[in-house]
Formats: sequence, C-alpha cells, structure tokens
Amino acid sequence: MSKRLKENIFKAFIILLLLIIGFAYLYPLAFMISTSFMDVDDLVNPTVQWIPSKLYLENFKIASKVLDVKNSLLNSIIMAGVPAILQTISSALIGYGFARYEFPLKKLWFALLLFTFLLPVQVTLIPKYIMFSSYGMINTPFPSFLPALFGQGIRSAIFILIFYQFFSSYPKSIDEAAQIDGAGHFTIFMKIAIPMSIPAIVVSLLFSFVWYWNETYLSGLFFGNAIQTLPMKLQSFVDAYSRMYPVSDASLANRLNEGIRMAATLITIIPLLILYALLQKQFVESIDRTGITGE
Amino acid sequence: MKNSKKEKSFVSKLTIHQKSAIRGYMFLLPWIIGFIVFTAFPFFYSIYLSMSRVTITPTGIVTQWNGFNNYWDIFTKDVDFLPALTDSIVFVGLSTPLIIVASLLIALMLNKQFKGRTVFRAIYFLPVIIMSGPVLSELLANKAVNIIQPTKFAIYEFFRSLPLNLGAPILYLFDKIIIILWFSGVQILIFLAGIQKIDKALYEAAQIDGASSWVIFWKITLPQIRPLILVNAIYTIVDLATFPTNAINVEISSKMFQTGRVYSYSAAMSWIYSLIILAILGVAFLILRERKN
Repeated sequence: MSKRLKENIFKAFIILLLLIIGFAYLYPLAFMISTSFMDVDDLVNPTVQWIPSKLYLENFKIASKVLDVKNSLLNSIIMAGVPAILQTISSALIGYGFARYEFPLKKLWFALLLFTFLLPVQVTLIPKYIMFSSYGMINTPFPSFLPALFGQGIRSAIFILIFYQFFSSYPKSIDEAAQIDGAGHFTIFMKIAIPMSIPAIVVSLLFSFVWYWNETYLSGLFFGNAIQTLPMKLQSFVDAYSRMYPVSDASLANRLNEGIRMAATLITIIPLLILYALLQKQFVESIDRTGITGE
Repeated sequence: MKNSKKEKSFVSKLTIHQKSAIRGYMFLLPWIIGFIVFTAFPFFYSIYLSMSRVTITPTGIVTQWNGFNNYWDIFTKDVDFLPALTDSIVFVGLSTPLIIVASLLIALMLNKQFKGRTVFRAIYFLPVIIMSGPVLSELLANKAVNIIQPTKFAIYEFFRSLPLNLGAPILYLFDKIIIILWFSGVQILIFLAGIQKIDKALYEAAQIDGASSWVIFWKITLPQIRPLILVNAIYTIVDLATFPTNAINVEISSKMFQTGRVYSYSAAMSWIYSLIILAILGVAFLILRERKN
C-alpha cells in the first residue's frame, strides 16, 4: 500500500512538473493573445495583467491592413503549398531509388545526401543567388520551386530518408510478383509503393508546408521584393507600419504598440494553428512512423 | 521500328544487375542533377568567390583572384563580425546540450502512464509548427518570452558572483529558458519514441534483480537511446545554426551587396561560420558516437 502511495505521489509530482513546463510553453502564446486584444489604456494600465477590460478588435484591423493579409496569405499558401508538393514528389522518387535498387556508388550518393543536410545553407546561398539572378529568376517563385523539385529543398534529406525507410520496409518479393504479372517499374512504384507510403507522404507534405511557410531567410533574398509572404510582412512590420501611420500623425491611438504587433504576430501563425488543430495527431505521431528510432 | 527492336535487344543483353543499376539511377536522377546544380557547384563556387574580388558589370559579374584578403579583413578590420560570430556560436554551443538534456528529461516524464499525456505532447510540439524567425523576433521584442525575470531572484545574484565560466551557462539558461524549450519539440518526440521502443522485459529483469530507477536509467534507458542522442544533437545544431534570427545570418545577408566587395565578403564570412559549425558537428559526433568495445 505504501509503495503504491509513493508511486502516486511520484506521478503527481511529475504531472505538476509537466504542467509547469507546459505553462512555459504556452506563456508566449497566451501573452500574444491577451495583449493583442488590449487597447492603449489597457496596455499602460498596470492593473490589467491578462484579461483586457473590453473586447477590442482594432489591433487586428490595423495589423491586417499593414500586413496586407489578403495578398500575403495567398502568397504564403502558394509559396508553402507548391514546394511542399514538389518536395514530396521528388523525395518519394529519390527515396524509392535508394531503397529498392542496387547500383554502383550508392554508398557515396547516400553519404552526399546526408552531407546536404549538414552543410549550412549559408555556404551555398550566394552562388545560388548569383545563379538565379543570371537566369532572371530573382523575384520569381523559381528559386524556391526548382530546388524542391530536384530534392534540394528545405531539409529535403530528411524527407528522402523517411521515404527510404518506408520503401525499405516491405519485401522485394512483392515487386517481383508484380513484375511477373507484367507491371513496369514505374507502375510498381505508383501502384504498390505509393499506396504503402501514405503516412510518409502525409509527414512530408505537412512538415514541408510548415517549414516552407516559416522560412524567411532564403526566400526573403530570392523573391522577397516581389512576393511577400505573411512571415516576411511580419519581419518588415515596424517599417511598413511607420510608412502607413507616420509619427507626425501623433494621436496616441495610432502609435505602434505591442498590442498591434502581437495581433500581427498572431495573424501570421493563425493558419498554422488551425492546421495543427486539425492535424495534430498526424504531426505528433509522425515521428513514430518515420522509423528514425529504428524498428 | 527497326531501331526500337535494336534497342530492345540491347536492353535484353544487360545483366539483371546492370538493369537494376540503370533503373536505380533513373529514380535518383532528379537528386543527382539537383545536387550538382544546387549544392556541389555552389559549394565550390562559394570557395572561389570567398577568395575573389567581385565587381558587377552590365554584362555580368567579374571576379578577380584575391587570395585570403577577404578572410584577413574579416578578422582584422570588421568590428561587427566577431561579436556576431561569438553570439551565434555561444547560442549553438550552449543551447544544444541544454536542449538535449531538457528534451530527454521531458520525454522520460512523458513516458509515464497517466491521462492527458497526449495533450502535453501536443503542447510541447506546438512551437515546431509556429516558430519562424520573424515570429520569434516579435516575441522577443515585445517581451513575450520573459516568463521569469531572473534578476528578481536572489539565486541569480549568487550565480553572477561565481567565476564567469562557471556561472555563465547557468545565467544563460535562466535568460533563454523559453527559447530552449521552444526548440525542443522534435527532440522530445524522438526521445519519447525511442524510450517506448525499449523492450519491457529488460526493465522487468532489472527490477527483479533489485535495481533502482536511477540505476535502470543509467544502465538500460540511456545506453538504449544513445544513438538518438546523436541524432538529436545533429538535428539541434543544424536547426539552431541556420535559424534566421541568428546574429551571423543577419550579418551575412546584410553584407551581401556591400559596395566594393559584393558577394565575396559574405561568402568568406559564411565559410568561416560553416567551418565552425561543421567542427561543432564533428565534436558532437566524436562525443556521442557509439564506441565499440
């Protein structure tokens, strides 16, 4: 009995600890949400800590105007969605090649694949910029689409490895049986391999989408002047705001404050929050399915 | 028609191995092209650029051999580079071990059976989804991550009174606790998946032999998930090193078009930084690789 009691106390202690850690995780989010609903009075009022005194939506109106939400949301969806699809297609093909065929230099290519993950992106940034600019592709979507199509997108190596794991896990005799029935190699890939790897496809699409959505470093340089995604707009938010609401227009309500900035930040991540709310299970359980921990 | 027949006979002459090799390369072709165009060529070209003087002319860019002058200037004349570099290296070097330890501890706690653990899992993974450079900078700028003001605590003063190299990492932990937690989402899940795959029979056997939870952790859990520590360390280092708010990344992109040293200067900076990051990866590998007895 006392042993069980001890165990329960231990468990309660762990849950308490997890709650505290969870609080640290959610604090910035809660701060963001609460602050974004505060007007200037609430922001400066020390008695208002978490709950705004009234439902104040002006911050969101101003922020979405400065962010140019209609355009930048569409840009974000395209600039994250298209590369996610391209990256998934190429990773599946490449992973399949590595998993199902034996060929000379396979080990070398595999080592180079891992190397592409380790090599900091900064190294190839400038030559890529020169290359894209000499083909007139700067400020077009191609600097993002083309590498994704050729297995060199954001963390492509991870996705190729995931597909590799998946395609290695079922017996070759299935392919052989299909071959005897007269199926070509591409048909086998489409009809047998792809249906088996639906979980890997989901992982690849979701994570590619999220990572492309959040990427601003390369994309800012490559097409940031012409195509502005939500996170890019957020990055230049302070400048854009002061252009739309010059300081000379000195009413306190128009001064940029943290309420407006937090509203803008929230707008940027809301689409991702919705995606996560709907597909939380797929995201979280994906790690189990990738086989990264070994079977 | 005749041609295709000839081709067919050519194909049929190949051995099974040769056919398999050709097909394998067909699937690999996009990657090989991509690797050459978007990784290998830029890799070597940036070495060349970093040792050149680049001028932009209406017909294109002209490069001139410049030896190690860019590198020399970076270390001797640039007042921004070394602080930015130190900042980034400290960020990567100190955060990585902290993230590994924190995510391992959280994974161990999540491994217990209780209601609502999936909720915790979902919360801990949330930052992976929403975190981008601009979002993090906004949160930092508006003090949304200052959950504890460490300066308010007496213990902070205590650590500050310690010799610098002893107290500094702990003070760093205080300052960056949320950032460290926010970068741990993927690592927690990897550890958790690994811990759950450990054979239960091992634990039972150890318990029958009278081993305490402490001993079980060090003798069973840790050795079993050792490979994952390496995986997580590599992932963390790469993740942190390329994060856009990283001081050095800002530095590299801001000096890209600097007149007189277009492209080349930044290329040299990125090489210095990347070599250090690769060295850190190497150290992590040497420490964490599996040793054969």
